[in-house]
Amino acid sequence: MNEAAAQPLLEVRGLRKFFPISKGFLRRVVGHVRAVDGVDFTVKEGETLGLVGESGCGKTTASRCILRAIDPTDGEILYRTRDGRTVDLARLPPGELRPLRAEIQMIFQDPFGSLNPRMTLLDNVGEPLLVNGVTSRTERTERVAELLRLVGLRPEFMHRFPHAFSGGQRQRIGIARALATNPRLVVADEPVSALDVSVQAQVLNLLLELQARLKLTFLFVAHDLSVVRHISDRIAVMYVGQLVELAPTDALFGQPRHPYTAALMRAVPVADPRVRGQDGILGGEVPSPAAPPSGCYFHPRCRFAQDRCRAEAPALREVAPGHFSRCHFAGDLTL
Amino acid sequence: MTPPTPMATEPLLQVRDLRVSFALDDGLVRAVDGTSFDVMPGQVLGVVGESGCGKSVTMRAILQLVDRPGRITSGEIRFRRDGEMVDIARLPPRGAVMRDIRGGEIALIPQEPMAAFSPVHTVGEQIVEAILLHSHRWGEKKLGRRDARDITVGLFRDVGISMPEQRVDAYSWQLSGGLRQRAMIAMALSCKPRLLIADEPTTAIDVTTQAQVLGLLRELQAKYDTAIIFITHDLGVIAQMASYVVVMYLGRVMEQGPVDDIFHAPKHPYTRALLRSIPGLSGQTRVALPVISGALPHPFNRPAGCPFHPRCPDAMERCAAAVPRLLPVTPNQLASCFLHHDEAELP
Amino acid sequence: MADVAGVKAEDRIAVASNWRLVWWRFRRHHLAMVSAGLLIFLYLIVLAPDFFSTQDPERTDARQAFIPVQTVRLFDDGKLSPWVPAIVGKRNPVTLRMEWTVDQQRKVPVKFFASGYRYKVLGLFTSDLHLLVPADPQQRVFLLGSDRLGRDQWSRIMHGTQTSMTVGLVAVLLSVILGVLLGGISGYVGGKTDSVIQRLIELLQSVPTIPIWLALSAALPRDWTPIQVFFAITVILSLVGWTTLGREVRGRFLALREEDFVLAARLAGCSRMRIIVRHMVPTFTSHIIATSSLAIPVMIINETSLSFLGLGIRPPAISWGVLLQEAQNIQTLALAPWLLIPGLVVIVAVLAFNLVGDGLRDAADPYGH
Repeated sequence: MNEAAAQPLLEVRGLRKFFPISKGFLRRVVGHVRAVDGVDFTVKEGETLGLVGESGCGKTTASRCILRAIDPTDGEILYRTRDGRTVDLARLPPGELRPLRAEIQMIFQDPFGSLNPRMTLLDNVGEPLLVNGVTSRTERTERVAELLRLVGLRPEFMHRFPHAFSGGQRQRIGIARALATNPRLVVADEPVSALDVSVQAQVLNLLLELQARLKLTFLFVAHDLSVVRHISDRIAVMYVGQLVELAPTDALFGQPRHPYTAALMRAVPVADPRVRGQDGILGGEVPSPAAPPSGCYFHPRCRFAQDRCRAEAPALREVAPGHFSRCHFAGDLTL
Repeated sequence: MTPPTPMATEPLLQVRDLRVSFALDDGLVRAVDGTSFDVMPGQVLGVVGESGCGKSVTMRAILQLVDRPGRITSGEIRFRRDGEMVDIARLPPRGAVMRDIRGGEIALIPQEPMAAFSPVHTVGEQIVEAILLHSHRWGEKKLGRRDARDITVGLFRDVGISMPEQRVDAYSWQLSGGLRQRAMIAMALSCKPRLLIADEPTTAIDVTTQAQVLGLLRELQAKYDTAIIFITHDLGVIAQMASYVVVMYLGRVMEQGPVDDIFHAPKHPYTRALLRSIPGLSGQTRVALPVISGALPHPFNRPAGCPFHPRCPDAMERCAAAVPRLLPVTPNQLASCFLHHDEAELP
Repeated sequence: MADVAGVKAEDRIAVASNWRLVWWRFRRHHLAMVSAGLLIFLYLIVLAPDFFSTQDPERTDARQAFIPVQTVRLFDDGKLSPWVPAIVGKRNPVTLRMEWTVDQQRKVPVKFFASGYRYKVLGLFTSDLHLLVPADPQQRVFLLGSDRLGRDQWSRIMHGTQTSMTVGLVAVLLSVILGVLLGGISGYVGGKTDSVIQRLIELLQSVPTIPIWLALSAALPRDWTPIQVFFAITVILSLVGWTTLGREVRGRFLALREEDFVLAARLAGCSRMRIIVRHMVPTFTSHIIATSSLAIPVMIINETSLSFLGLGIRPPAISWGVLLQEAQNIQTLALAPWLLIPGLVVIVAVLAFNLVGDGLRDAADPYGH
């Protein structure tokens, strides 16, 4: 789905999440970890937006804010509900948030920790149904059977406990649970990174198939560029709590407009021994989000850095239609 | 790049029909079930496989570090030492010879460097300790604590740690993930090993740091000419690092050969399927990837015959009945598959 | 596929709830299984001590003090006819003390499952059925000897078992309730509440236990009935005992709060209460049971020590500690070593609880296997 006409389902504006750092006996706040530091993006209905970055870049925190698993410090998360209203998830009181939870669901990374080990599949997958008003057990059983079939599991398995399943199967169960309430937006947090290579492809295929069949919108959070590339329509790259680049997948991989994105792509080991290269390995380390560098956060590691980059923080600007970059020289660099 | 290893040289390590099993309360798990491969001096051998394929257990067996209830049940691990082959599998795990081999001649870079360093001693102290334990590997002269510290600082410089004089006095928890992994590599190199076992050394770190560590390992390998066994589940890392590749599945070697042949002319259906199923940085996006059907079986429920046959697209009747042997199928490659030969393993 | 039996076994495990898995693992622990059987037997005694008694535990007779152990023989002349050897006493002319000797010639016949004195079971219905009574109602048998007042030690141990085992169980139950409630609030609510509860736990744990028990039990009015004292002792034991469990529950709550499946429940729209009751508590109930079964023996020992010192349960109520009071001086020990038997019972019960607790703990740990 790449239609320009598709309406935005989710619009994130100026999202910030700071965690206080407290010290000493009196737990005095001495600083803040700027985990998410001003993030803007939109997710169009029916598309997959990939959110990619290295650990500590704030991608998980940002996605948890959207799910309101944690409360954002600042910013707006505008969501268009099923009945056409636009609500700001960032400020919604718990009472108004709860009915909306059914529309926004999550797929977890860890297939072992995300299912309640004391409940059968029927109860695990049926739980969202039960708390959202499906109180009849027969109705729930039918729906769970349908969901299990949808994710490629046999409905007879519904009386089994999670410990009887492999990682890939559990991930399917987690997906079935996420789909139980007919959500519109699904936040997938590293859904395949804990899986074996041979199972990864199965789950990716399932997600693509489900999206087409159920008209789902995905926010796909991951660190693996190849996986994100494979599944996303558009990709947002994060670095130290900020978006550094946002573009349609082909444009991003065809012509990255931020030096960090380019370095990230070069760092991915290519599964072809004939393409061996070590040129352009990014030196240094990711700075701490508690004390980010001045100016452009990437300048200490950037081989194109100039005086301006040290002094002035660049803004995220559109350098080509639909292609945004947070670099002073986005238009001039050949990456 | 690494020159192809001349086949004429004698192998440094020969693993022959190694079997390791774990006697658990609920049954016997055959974690390694007849694995054979060679490591040539100065070669980077990549061992690739999914969880439960036995790659880590094989490496622990080579170091005689298989914990109870695990046990090496049969097979040989021949290691060239002072010009003759010793069978590690027959050595007492706590004996003097094994302790000298472990850490002295064969060193390990573990997956999680945080767990490998003690938090109550500085990183430098721990490396100095290791150097003093195996001091004869640094020459005839008796080493003092000062000399060992100088060697450590030199090693830190070699592995690209900036300000090495200060960093040797740091505790492991004061170092970032990348630095910690570099310090771990320095520790592994501290006894001038002839064989380095890297067990998923970059799985826990980020992709840009991974690129740095892989670059470093390649550099060090060229400099010291150490043989490396590189274990990973990441085919990209294997393609970039290894000169020779062993593909494992459920405790058995499915296929082995030079890296270029494995990636460009794979012979075993498992290798082929594995290579097809990974998304890359080129190729069509948002289309169904070719998959390997089914799931990895539970360790208690090993399939009879070829372990891969229930998931194999080319499975024949015979595959369920007999276990194919690992045999040469081209001048360079070995595969255990009845598509290429007829010989079965003796029951 | 090939191995049908294997697949069946796997299916069985697949649909097994946690409790069943715990049971399967526990069953393999032979020592714990034997101990569990023993504990079940002890709790049967708790339910109806009078059934197991041969005579009224309060019946005194100064002329029958310090009678030694009389062992039951099942066969008489090759046919089943249980009896105990009779005991004859003779006053030592020098010490003026009664000296008892077993008279192998005279047999006192006994009967199993016969009627004896009347008693009430749990205060509900009356019965006069006993496990073993002398055939002649006028006769007395002392299976474990008698004490200085001529009371039957066997019957007194049966009644002591009821008190001591109940104190242990009830005190632990109260501790569990307090611990789970306060620990749960502490862990789930966090913040100031957490700090207050944690400081309270630290305070309670820093108070030396023996003096605080001494003080509290000394504060009990002397004119309270044995039942009131009994409950007061139980409450005192649990007031100090809940802290460890409270800490443990808090730790579990803190860890569980971060679990993905708890977040999933929140995202599904579950209320706070439902998350606690349905998702968090069931994941650690098996651990709580294991921990509590390890706490019961501690409580039993505590009660025994208190009563032994004369500060806990006081006569005429009977507990193991009260019984051991009889063995407080060397003279009695030299003359009547069988008065130490209640100590043996304490050791056996405590060991059994510890073994069962260990077995449960191992079985409840899903990461152990």
